[in-house]
Amino acid sequence: MIWINALVQGLLLGGIYALAAAGLALVFGVMRIINMAHGEVIVLSAFLTQMVTGALGINPMLAAVLILPLMAALGYGLQRGLINRAVRSDPLPALIMTFGLSIIAQNVLVTLFSADSRRLDVGPLATASLRLMPGISVGVLPLAMFAVAVAALVMLHTLFYRTGAGRAFRATAIDADIARTMGLDTDHVYGLVTAIAFALAALAGIFLGIYSSFDPFIGPSRLIFAFEVIVIGGMGSIYGALAGGMILGVSQALGAQINPQLQQLAGHLVFLAVILLRPQGLFARNRS
Amino acid sequence: MIEPRLAAPRLSVEGLSSFYGSFQALFGLDFDLAPGEVLALIGANGAGKSTLLKTLTGLLKAPPGCIHHNGECLSTRTPATITRAGIAMVPEGRRLFATLTVEENLLIGGHVRRAGVWSLEAVYDLFPALRAKRHQLGPQLSGGQQQMVAIGRALMANPDLLLLDELSLGLAPVVVEEIYRALPRIVGPGISAILVEQDITRALAVSDRYLCLRGGRVVLAGPSAGASTAAIIDAYFGVSA
Repeated sequence: MIWINALVQGLLLGGIYALAAAGLALVFGVMRIINMAHGEVIVLSAFLTQMVTGALGINPMLAAVLILPLMAALGYGLQRGLINRAVRSDPLPALIMTFGLSIIAQNVLVTLFSADSRRLDVGPLATASLRLMPGISVGVLPLAMFAVAVAALVMLHTLFYRTGAGRAFRATAIDADIARTMGLDTDHVYGLVTAIAFALAALAGIFLGIYSSFDPFIGPSRLIFAFEVIVIGGMGSIYGALAGGMILGVSQALGAQINPQLQQLAGHLVFLAVILLRPQGLFARNRS
Repeated sequence: MIEPRLAAPRLSVEGLSSFYGSFQALFGLDFDLAPGEVLALIGANGAGKSTLLKTLTGLLKAPPGCIHHNGECLSTRTPATITRAGIAMVPEGRRLFATLTVEENLLIGGHVRRAGVWSLEAVYDLFPALRAKRHQLGPQLSGGQQQMVAIGRALMANPDLLLLDELSLGLAPVVVEEIYRALPRIVGPGISAILVEQDITRALAVSDRYLCLRGGRVVLAGPSAGASTAAIIDAYFGVSA
């Protein structure tokens, strides 16, 4: 029973890992930029959420209504004001720029919020649970967060494959020059894509801040998880990210069940196994 | 902004130079294009034909004041602004959005929503072969059908100036014939075109005037009807008669 419990917890946590990875994959997919500051976007969102919940006395889940648009606006502004200058066929300038942003963000965070470790407090909701069958129960909160994460990914997929905006995103991703000659404002497209990525990262940041503690320097570890999810799931597929997240979550949960110290290592080992055996990812879409 | 003059040419190019970094590819080009007129660009590889088209679409920067379209200065504008003003391109090698369906490619072309006769239906009427393939991806189509999508995609912008770069590239002669048969239904009623074509005979047959480029300069120009192929070939290769 404890193994099934661990499996369920892992699956639920995996939905949030997928959310954390989706923004990273999106930015890479459309602009060929590896956003090294993605982890800091996640952490910053958690800190901002704690500020808002403290100031207004509201639940972190409710604070998301405020934080998501705020982070989306920050993403749009950052992309148009700064990162767009580094978008070109050579991925290195953008990589270095976002790496610099990551270090700046860590230092700004530690100055503003101190190095203390924190956690988002959701009140009595944190301990509420549902009994699925004798011996197996799931937390109401993890279940709700998982549902929201999956809903967000389904919305992202719908936006990309069912709307005119998504069509413009995909066209820009394939050939930005030709997209420009079709009248698309690619700078604006890049801004919108980063806005969406930041909003997804913000949601992941809030959920991860509820799950586990965070501090100004935990961004890189969040980034590693996001990378691993993308590599496991396969680049360029939103549902692949969901599967990748769940595989990582389950690996960690089962590892922790064997020995609590194995939690992180088990995830890394599965990631390495995928890199060795199927480097294109388990759910990569065939590109012809 | 200057009001477009009524009698303004569709396109007016004056002293146009263009650069790739420090390499100069075009040297002071001058030519006009009237509404409904078709201009053929003739020249060897590296003569500057594609560079000229890229400069006209804004993908390459043009010096200020060199390009006027319907009386409005378009140099230094972004490619998106230029497309909205009515210039659309069928790029060399087609460059379809490979992971988008035929119909999605066409819809991207229609993104600027200029008013005009071209719509999805009109494009499918022009190229009936595309209607059945509307939900397939570009790479699943034959080369000729891909070229039809590229043309349709440009038409969806309802341009009044169409830039056609090497329509026959890599296509079988019978397919080239089919594509060119559609041309009179595209250009003519108010739509001008600039056409890059390696086959000089064909270029002259479908155009009103021609411009022969060599080394980024105009070396010969004139009306296509009655043009001397021999003189053009001499200009093309730089052999003095």
